[in-house]
Amino acid sequence: MDLRFPDLDPSPEELEALQSVLGPATPTEGWTREQGGPHRAAAVRHLLLPALHALVDRVGFVSEGGLTEICRRLDVPPAEAYGVATFYSMLPVDPVPLTTVYVCEDLACRRGGVPTGPAAEPGTRVVHAPCIGLCEQAPASLTVRSGPKPHHGIASMPPANGSVPQMGDPSLVLLRRIGTPPTLDSYLDNGGYVALRRALDIGPAAVIDEVTASRLVGRGGAAFPTGRKWAAVASQPAGPRFIVANADESEPGTFKDRVLLEGDPFALVESMTIAAFAVGAERGYLYLRDEYRSALGTLEAALASARSAGFLGTAVLGSPLAFDIEIVRGAGAYICGEETAIFNSIEGHRGEPRSKPPYPVEVGLFGRPTLVNNVETFVNVLPILEQGGNAFAGIGTGVSTGTKLFCLSGAVRNPGVYEVPFGGTLEELIERAGGLPDGRELQAVLLGGAAGSFVTPAQVNLPLTFEATRAAGVSLGSGVVMLFDDTDDLGDALRRISAFFRHESCGQCVPCRVGTVRQDELVTRLTLGRRRDGDEQLLRDVGQAMRDASICGLGQTAWNAIESAIDHLGVLQ
Amino acid sequence: MSDVRTSAPGTPVAPPRRKVTLTVDGTETVAREGDTILSVCRSLGIDVPTLCYGDTLEPANACRLCMVEVEGARVLVPSCSREVEPDMNVTTDSARTRHARRMVLELLGSSVDLSTTPRVEAWMAEFGADPTRFGADVATVAQPAKVDNNLYVRDYAKCILCYQCVDACGEQFQNTFAISVAGRGFDARIAVEFDAALPDSACVYCGNCIAVCPTGALMPSTEFDMRADGTWDVSRQSETTTVCPYCGVGCNLTLHVQDNRIVKVTSPNDHSITSGNLCVKGRFGFTHVQ
Repeated sequence: MDLRFPDLDPSPEELEALQSVLGPATPTEGWTREQGGPHRAAAVRHLLLPALHALVDRVGFVSEGGLTEICRRLDVPPAEAYGVATFYSMLPVDPVPLTTVYVCEDLACRRGGVPTGPAAEPGTRVVHAPCIGLCEQAPASLTVRSGPKPHHGIASMPPANGSVPQMGDPSLVLLRRIGTPPTLDSYLDNGGYVALRRALDIGPAAVIDEVTASRLVGRGGAAFPTGRKWAAVASQPAGPRFIVANADESEPGTFKDRVLLEGDPFALVESMTIAAFAVGAERGYLYLRDEYRSALGTLEAALASARSAGFLGTAVLGSPLAFDIEIVRGAGAYICGEETAIFNSIEGHRGEPRSKPPYPVEVGLFGRPTLVNNVETFVNVLPILEQGGNAFAGIGTGVSTGTKLFCLSGAVRNPGVYEVPFGGTLEELIERAGGLPDGRELQAVLLGGAAGSFVTPAQVNLPLTFEATRAAGVSLGSGVVMLFDDTDDLGDALRRISAFFRHESCGQCVPCRVGTVRQDELVTRLTLGRRRDGDEQLLRDVGQAMRDASICGLGQTAWNAIESAIDHLGVLQ
Repeated sequence: MSDVRTSAPGTPVAPPRRKVTLTVDGTETVAREGDTILSVCRSLGIDVPTLCYGDTLEPANACRLCMVEVEGARVLVPSCSREVEPDMNVTTDSARTRHARRMVLELLGSSVDLSTTPRVEAWMAEFGADPTRFGADVATVAQPAKVDNNLYVRDYAKCILCYQCVDACGEQFQNTFAISVAGRGFDARIAVEFDAALPDSACVYCGNCIAVCPTGALMPSTEFDMRADGTWDVSRQSETTTVCPYCGVGCNLTLHVQDNRIVKVTSPNDHSITSGNLCVKGRFGFTHVQ
């Protein structure tokens, strides 16, 4: 079957940008039997998202001519490519100025009123965006420039060390290298690659035993036992396997992974290499949210130096281990942090979650067994191998082991990422961050982000452990601890949360696609004094259906925070 | 399971499948590995409602109307796509499943025009769904019907985004890939590239998207126009199945005739050659006989 392509061509700039990703066109390229036909198309489909990025990086948007050229080169039906481009917030399909300012309008950044961002300059597009992961610097914005050298035209973000108030504290484990230069030499001087050497010594099975013994659970929000996941991937029938580092950190209020990626990039590279060794993968993908441009540059440099020094490649550290990592840029879609949506996004499809089962450990990226872990989960493997799994399990409460990164933002004196051993209370953590600003009283704390729950000032003695939060009916989620004081408008926060889910629902299933819209409408009505009879029950009915019947965690948790605010904070009274 | 494609002549004999014992609504039953919960329910005579499920396509798993409870599962399970497992304990009718179905119907009914969706009115009554609860001023997908060719109409005010037209146009049947889902969330929609008109797309007018559309969002122009005129009357229609005369493939055509005029052509979903699909000639090339 021949695909039909519109009779359109890219501009010279677009063609040049595309060739930097796809190489020069060859005369025999196309949907022909000689070239492998559909098989070739499947083999190059993952280049679709990088090619769309190349267009936007160069000219600011996905033009019809540019899209058509991508489709011709990759044998992708134009309708499908358009469907992929329009799925993402950061791939406009209409002409826009070369400079875009993303003004964060999310929870931490809107406490002082909805941010307006910098004064719009001529030729600048201002986009009000969901959380861009700079909550400790609220109100934050991000400027992205397209043009001949897009990567270098990005407004600088503050260095990660400004985001870690504990910097230099000798008790730090995951954050111990924050503040040191993100270079390989510095990494090696500060304990780098000790863990990988030990892994290579003890062998893959023993590495998994250590991770299992550590009782580490996933830090992305779902708290799944990491050792069990690794063992499941390792036990799959022989054949290619993949590793995916989920750096699509987009949960409002979360910025811990950004700090790790910017401040200690080699820790992720090393821990992914250990994981690859343990589960038998030759290739890893680092899926990075595209708002993290500063981290992108740092990680690209880190991968290049790791390759040239033999820490990645065909014989890692002279061992038989072959492993390399590819960075895949997201394009503005919270849902792509879902563990199966991330596969569809990497493969060049719309980032819609897949139905489970089958689970990623069996059928994941490119249909192969895949290990997908959050960035913080990965880097925990380093202390596990350095200290031993049992020693790691001795930190914390026995059920929640190790240390945890918490993202403090909102009404707190010293916002930032804090690392503490499991077991401390919410109150202790707030005190560590300097407490509330003078004269302010705590009104509520949002734990776990938009998909988490509000807790009340009466609950500040809650231990921040998986078991204690579960017993209290809340969740640690991704480590968000966002404080609201007595001057904050919680109704506004709820409207923002409901608007966030409405904006970020992928649209695949009815309960979430329509449910998040109805939730947003009802929350708006209820919090702005436009309540109608039965509205609160209706909201609960919608929430329950989203929780019970949505395909993935986005819809299933979209009602959590709002329900907790109604039930525990009495927001609607 | 009523997967018609496995019964096509010339299909290799499938390897034997293991038996799986499970319980559905308290009744122990034996199914085959690979069967879905839905197919088991239907074989037991249990009526699980579905909207996005088409018996000739892979489950799209999108509408979430067919949700059932499986013991041990945290959330409800889509019966259309979930395969049976040994010792599974399935409940098809509980307070949770009824609530989910009621809400799916209310969410769809409040945002989409379901006036030509078969059975939906009865389900609304069965599950106590009242889409007007949300009020009249809520977001909907209401929009004018797209009439940009002579053969069929795309009335996306009736689209529930079941993905079936995309699957039928793409790799599951037609391999034309003229349409896709574009946009995200409530803005998601069926579109060709850059939301262009159909004549500017790859569409070959086979109409196989019409055949799988569960809501009447896609309709032959004949039916659309007659409905607009108020002359469409299924009770006055007869259906005659014959063989398409255009080529030698042997597709069955079902001619829907009203007042001695052909008003629509379909093909039986269980026909071994077509699985309900036709080409532009079979589906639309009937004006010369009347």
